[in-house]
Amino acid sequence: MHLALFLIFGLLCIGGALNLLLQRHPINSALSLIVVMSSLSVLYLLLGAEFLALAQIIVYSGAIMVLFVFVIMLLNAGEEQRTHGSRAAYLAGIPGVLALFAVLASTFFTLRTNLGSARLGSFLVSTGDLSRVLFRNLLLPFEVTSVLILVAILGAVVLAGKEQ
Amino acid sequence: MIPMTTITTSAIPVSPALRILPEILLTVTGVLVMLIESVLAPNTSRKPLGVMAILGTLAALAASLYQLQLPAGTAFFGTVQSDAFSVFFHLVIGGIVLVTLLVSLDYFEGHTSYVGEYYALILFGAVGMMLMTSSVELLMVFISLEISSISTYILAGYRKRSATSPEASIKYFLLGSFATAFFLYGIALCFGATGSTNIYDIAKGVASGASPLLLTVAFGMMLIGIGFKVSLAPFHVWTPDVYEGAPAPVVGLMSTAPKAAAFAVLLRIAYGAYGTMTHVWMPLIWMLAVLSMTIGNLGALTQHNVKRMLAYSSIAHAGYLLVAFTALAPMGIAAASFYTAAYAAMNVGAFAIISYLSGYDEARTNLGDYAGIARRHPMAAAALAVFLISLIGIPFTAGFFGKFYVFTAAINSGNAWLAILGLLNSGVAAFYYLRLLGQMYMLPQEAGLAPDTIRARPSFVLGVAILVIAVFALGIFPNSALRLARAGAATFNVQHRIAAAAFPVARFER
Repeated sequence: MHLALFLIFGLLCIGGALNLLLQRHPINSALSLIVVMSSLSVLYLLLGAEFLALAQIIVYSGAIMVLFVFVIMLLNAGEEQRTHGSRAAYLAGIPGVLALFAVLASTFFTLRTNLGSARLGSFLVSTGDLSRVLFRNLLLPFEVTSVLILVAILGAVVLAGKEQ
Repeated sequence: MIPMTTITTSAIPVSPALRILPEILLTVTGVLVMLIESVLAPNTSRKPLGVMAILGTLAALAASLYQLQLPAGTAFFGTVQSDAFSVFFHLVIGGIVLVTLLVSLDYFEGHTSYVGEYYALILFGAVGMMLMTSSVELLMVFISLEISSISTYILAGYRKRSATSPEASIKYFLLGSFATAFFLYGIALCFGATGSTNIYDIAKGVASGASPLLLTVAFGMMLIGIGFKVSLAPFHVWTPDVYEGAPAPVVGLMSTAPKAAAFAVLLRIAYGAYGTMTHVWMPLIWMLAVLSMTIGNLGALTQHNVKRMLAYSSIAHAGYLLVAFTALAPMGIAAASFYTAAYAAMNVGAFAIISYLSGYDEARTNLGDYAGIARRHPMAAAALAVFLISLIGIPFTAGFFGKFYVFTAAINSGNAWLAILGLLNSGVAAFYYLRLLGQMYMLPQEAGLAPDTIRARPSFVLGVAILVIAVFALGIFPNSALRLARAGAATFNVQHRIAAAAFPVARFER
C-alpha cells in the first residue's frame, strides 16, 4: 500500500515536472506545476509529515499557483517559440544530471538498510511541538525571514516599476 | 591587542540581542531608509538617504568591534555565534559596504528613480551576509544566504535601460537559485546523516564516524552550492556575463562581500563541522583550487573588456583563496580570512575606479579605451595602478601578503605542489594586469576624443582613499588584521567547549 502510493505519486511528480518543461503554453506548464506540488504533498504525507503536506497544498498548490495562473491570464501570455537549446546544455547538462542521479541513487541504495524509514501516522506532530521548534529553537531564522520578504518586495518594486 | 581570552565561554550571560547587534542596526537603518524614501518628494536628491545608510554601516562596524569585548558564545538557541571569526568577517563586509556606499553616492543619482531602494537593498544584503558569517545553524545560513543573494540579483539589474544589465540580473538569478538548491539539498542530506543542522552537532556526528558516505555526498552538494556563489571553476560560467552587465559599483560589492560571507560559511562547514573528515574534502578543494586558478587566469588573458577581465581574475583569486583551505586548521583559516580582506580592498577599488572613469553609461569598457588615460585622469589612473599592482601581488601591497600567507600555509602543510601551481598562475596573471597598466601609462591617448566631463565628488575620493590606505596598510602593517584573523581561527579549536554550553538544537524527536 505504502509502496504503491509512493510509486504512483512519485511517478506523477516526475511526469508533471517533465510536462512542465515540455509544454509550450505557459498555462499548461502552470497546471503541471500544480500536479507536481500536490503529488509532492502526498509524498510528504507518506513520510509522516502531515503538517508539511497540508501546508504544501494550502500554500503552494493553493495560494501561489492561483497567483501564477492569474498572472499568466492577465498577461495573456501566448505560446512560446521552441528553441533547440544550447549545445553546452546538451553536452554538459545531460551527463551532469545523469552523474548526479547516479551518485544519489547509489548512495541511497548503499545506505538503504541503515537509513530507516518513517511511515504515515507513525508519529503525530502536535501544534505544540511545531510551535516549540518554530518560535523557540528556530526563532531567529523565522524572524530573519521577514528581512528576506522585505528584500523580495523591494526587488519587485525596483524591477517592475516604471522609471519616471 | 585582541584579547585571546574571549574564546572561553564565560558564565556571565550575554544578552542575545548583543550577539546580533550589527545586524539589528543595519536592519533598522534599512527599514528607515525605505520608509523615508517613500515620503520624500519625487525628483529630489536621495543623497541624505545614502548618508543615513553610511551612518548605519558605521554604527554596525562599531557594534562589531564592541562584540570583540564579549566572550565568544552562541545565542538564540545555538543559531548564531559571535566570536573573533565572525567579527573579522563583519568588519570586512561592513568595510566593503561602507566604501561601496561612498563611491556610489552620486552614481545612480539622476539616472534612476529608485536610488533610495538601492541603499536599502545594500543594507539588507549586508544583514544577510553578516548573518551568514555568524550562523552556526545551517538553516540560518540558508536564509541569510538567500537574503544576500536576492538583494544582489536585484542590484545587478539596476541599469534597466541598458540591455546587458537585466540580462546579467536574470542570468545571475537563474544560476544562483540553481546553486542554492544544491546547497539546500546538501543541508538536507547532512540532516539525514546526523539528525541535526547545527554545525557543532554535525561535527559530533561526523566525528562519530557514522554514515561517512552520506556526509561526503552532503559536503559535495554544499560545496557545489558555495562554489557557484564564489564563482569557482567549473561553476563560474555566469561570472563574466554578470560582471559585464551589472553596474560597476555593484560589481565591486558583489564580487567581494557575498564571497567573503560564503567563504566564511565554507570555513565553518569544512573546518568546523567536517573537521575530522579533512581527508575527504581536501582533495575536492585541491582540484577546485587548481581548476579555478588556471581557468580564471587563462580566461582573463583572452579578454578585451576590462570588466570581463576582472571577472576572470576574480575566479582566479577565489582559486588562490581555496589554496588556503588545503592547509592545516588554524593556519589555513587565518590565511583564508586575511585573503578575503586583502582581495576585498583591491577589487572594490578597481571597480570603483572603473565606475568613475566609464560613468553610468559604461563608456569605457574595452582595454583600448584606457589608452593614455594616465594623462587625462592622473589621480584615478594612479589609484587603479595601486589596485592592479596589489592584484598582481607585488610587495608592500595587500595582495602580496594575502598570497604570501596563503602559499606559506599550503607549503607548511605539505602542499608545496599546489603552492607552486599558484605561483605559476600568479606569473600568468601579472601579464594581463600589466597589459592594462601599460595601456594606461605607456600609450598616447587617442586623438579626437571629446573632453571628459566627469568630476570626482568628495565622497568618492574619500571611498577610494580608504581603499588605497587599506591596500597599503594590509601590505605594510598586516599584523593587527592578521592577529584578528588568527584569533578567529583559534575559535575553531575550542568548539567543543562552546558546543557543551550551547543549547540543544531544534529537531523532531522520534
